[in-house]
Amino acid sequence: MFVAEVIGTLVASTKDPALEGIKLMLVQPLDKAGRPTGQPLVATDSIGIGVGERAFCVLGREAAHALPNTFAPVDAGIVGIVDRVDV
Amino acid sequence: MLIAKVVGTMNATLKHPAFEGRKILLVQPLTDDLREKGEVFLAVDTVQAGVGATVLVAREGGSARIAAGDESSPIHAAILGIVDMVGDQPVP
Repeated sequence: MFVAEVIGTLVASTKDPALEGIKLMLVQPLDKAGRPTGQPLVATDSIGIGVGERAFCVLGREAAHALPNTFAPVDAGIVGIVDRVDV
Repeated sequence: MLIAKVVGTMNATLKHPAFEGRKILLVQPLTDDLREKGEVFLAVDTVQAGVGATVLVAREGGSARIAAGDESSPIHAAILGIVDMVGDQPVP
C-alpha cells in the first residue's frame, strides 16, 4: 500500500467485462517527502478521487476487494483520499 | 515478511470501510543490519506500533488480511510485530 498522486485518467473501450463501469486512473507513486518515485501505474478508483489529489493505493489481489466484483482481474486500486502524511 | 521502521502516519477521511478505525503507518524497509533500503510504503498497524519502532511487516495480501482479521478487506500490508532483536543484536 502506498501514497500516490493522481496524474490522469484512462479510458479503455474494449476491456475485460469485470472492468465495465470501473474508473481507471493514472497514479504516480510518491516518496516519503512527497516527491514522485518510480513509474506511474494504472489503478481502479472505487472512491471518486480527482486528478491532482493524493491517493491511498493498494497493490495485488486485494485491489479487487475494494470493487463491487471482488473477482475482477485488477492488481492496483485506489482505496482512499489522503488528507495528510506526517513524517 | 520484512523488517521496517515506522517513519510516519497517514490520515484519510474518505476511505474504504475496511480501513475505518485502523491506524495506517508509513514504514521504511530495512536491511538485516537495519539500514534503510527501498521506498517507504503504508501498512495497517495490528500491534500498536509507534513512530520510530522497528517492526515486522507482511507485504503480501493474504497474510496481511489474516493479521488484520478481515479476509475480505483490501488490506495488502500489515505490521505484525515489534522487533526486539535481529540475530544477537538488540534493536535500538
